[in-house]
Amino acid sequence: MINNLSAKNLNVWFGEKHVLKNVDVEFPKNQVTALIGPSGCGKSTLLRSFNRMHDLSPDAKIEGTLTIDDLNLYQKDIPVTDIRKRIGMVFQKANPFPKSIQENIAYGLRINNLSYNQSYIQKALEEAFLWDEVKNDLKMPATRLSGGQQQRLCIARAVALRPEVILMDEPCSALDPVSTLKIEELIHKLKEKYTIVIVTHNMQQAQRVADKTIFMYLGEVKEEGKTYDIFNNPVNEITKNYISGHFG
Amino acid sequence: MQYKKRIFIDTVAKHTFKLTGYLVLALLGGIFGMLLYNAISFFAEVRPIDFLTDREWNPTANEPIYGILPLIISTSLVSFGAMLIAIPLGIGTAAFISEYASPRLKNILKPLVEMLAAIPSVVIGFLGIVLVGPQIAEFANLPNGLNALNGSILLAIMALPTIITISEDAIHSIPKTYREASYALGASKWQTLLKVTIPAAAPGIIAAVMLGLGRAIGETMTVLMATGNASLFPSDFFDSVKTITATIAIEMGEVPYQTTHYFALFAIAIVLFFMTLIANLIGEYFINRFRKYHAA
Repeated sequence: MINNLSAKNLNVWFGEKHVLKNVDVEFPKNQVTALIGPSGCGKSTLLRSFNRMHDLSPDAKIEGTLTIDDLNLYQKDIPVTDIRKRIGMVFQKANPFPKSIQENIAYGLRINNLSYNQSYIQKALEEAFLWDEVKNDLKMPATRLSGGQQQRLCIARAVALRPEVILMDEPCSALDPVSTLKIEELIHKLKEKYTIVIVTHNMQQAQRVADKTIFMYLGEVKEEGKTYDIFNNPVNEITKNYISGHFG
Repeated sequence: MQYKKRIFIDTVAKHTFKLTGYLVLALLGGIFGMLLYNAISFFAEVRPIDFLTDREWNPTANEPIYGILPLIISTSLVSFGAMLIAIPLGIGTAAFISEYASPRLKNILKPLVEMLAAIPSVVIGFLGIVLVGPQIAEFANLPNGLNALNGSILLAIMALPTIITISEDAIHSIPKTYREASYALGASKWQTLLKVTIPAAAPGIIAAVMLGLGRAIGETMTVLMATGNASLFPSDFFDSVKTITATIAIEMGEVPYQTTHYFALFAIAIVLFFMTLIANLIGEYFINRFRKYHAA
């Protein structure tokens, strides 16, 4: 098993608030890892540490070692834009640009100076299971798509850049069950090519999509392991309470 | 009793607001009607085709000529020049305040820009005569600097606060999620600003530019003081010009009541009215073109 993404001794503060405490995690290559835990436990903060989204918050302070393969993500001479190209992200609320469907895909390619053609855009949309639904409306504003379609467009936009990792921050929390299922099928397919980390509040979803599950509580990793083990034989008392729905 | 009282207050409120609404409509209609009524008296004496095609405005000649063309060109030239200066400067400043300035600097800059709007137009015109004019004269080797360029510079200054304030609001109100999406794809700050944030804010920015343009086209005192007011056919920015607004302001005070010349001033006011209307319609068109990409 190759670890392509990992964090060692990661600590994150927002101002005075200590949000992540000594977090050690590894995300195996070509697997889906689910991050679960109650709201405010630091799942999203951990996720966003990997593509350096915290660079945008002036009061965030980060300590520890984050790596992709053997590359330190916070190394000074590595442009943050390169990191983000290698580690794509899908957000909680679908956020297509106020541009056409086609432009949404082309944007990322263009800003990274990648040459592309129509078949490339088609391929990205196919990978996100969206092509058949939009192939006749590529010039339509992306905001006219349904919520689930918008989220798949956002996934297409991310995979178009051929990242190594895709971070997903509760990608289905605003979607209906049918759209959710479609995204989950998509995740199954995507892990053949990409390493996927998904934050979710939905226990069933974690069990359906994830190979590995990490349970977090109050900024710490409480338990991690194979998804089946976490949900069937949790060791930690807090994990047991959380997955059985006693709190959270 | 209590219930009846509330119904009564509701009724009174409803009719009061209805009255204020209709009053504004009536005012607008009244102004347009007054312009139209007087303009019709003018066109009873001068053929509209001459009015629109004659290349000279000289109502006090022995054979008065009422050609509006030089006035339209003057107004357009000055406003166009003003926008040429104010649009890049205004949007750039707005982008800087919204995206780059520290919160402290932003708190200083925003009120300062708004204070710029509080400078009376006569003061700006004064600056045009004593400061901008001589500089232009020296730079372009002209006897004086009272010309279209001078007017453009001053009108740009006057349109800037409107353009900056409204554009800044528009850029600032773009949801963080758009920026995050762009950064997550590996875009730099500059790429995000240029290709995501500003296009997303385009409806607001265009509205800002149109309001600025409206201010420039309608401004009177500044251009009257700074542009020289020669009723010749202008050919470039270094020519002295006489705008529609300045023409009305200068000549209305001297013209005998209800003469052709008097009515002519109403006719050019209508043309001015349509110019701002067209500017607004064009703005509206572009606003809608961009808006269709936004969620309802």
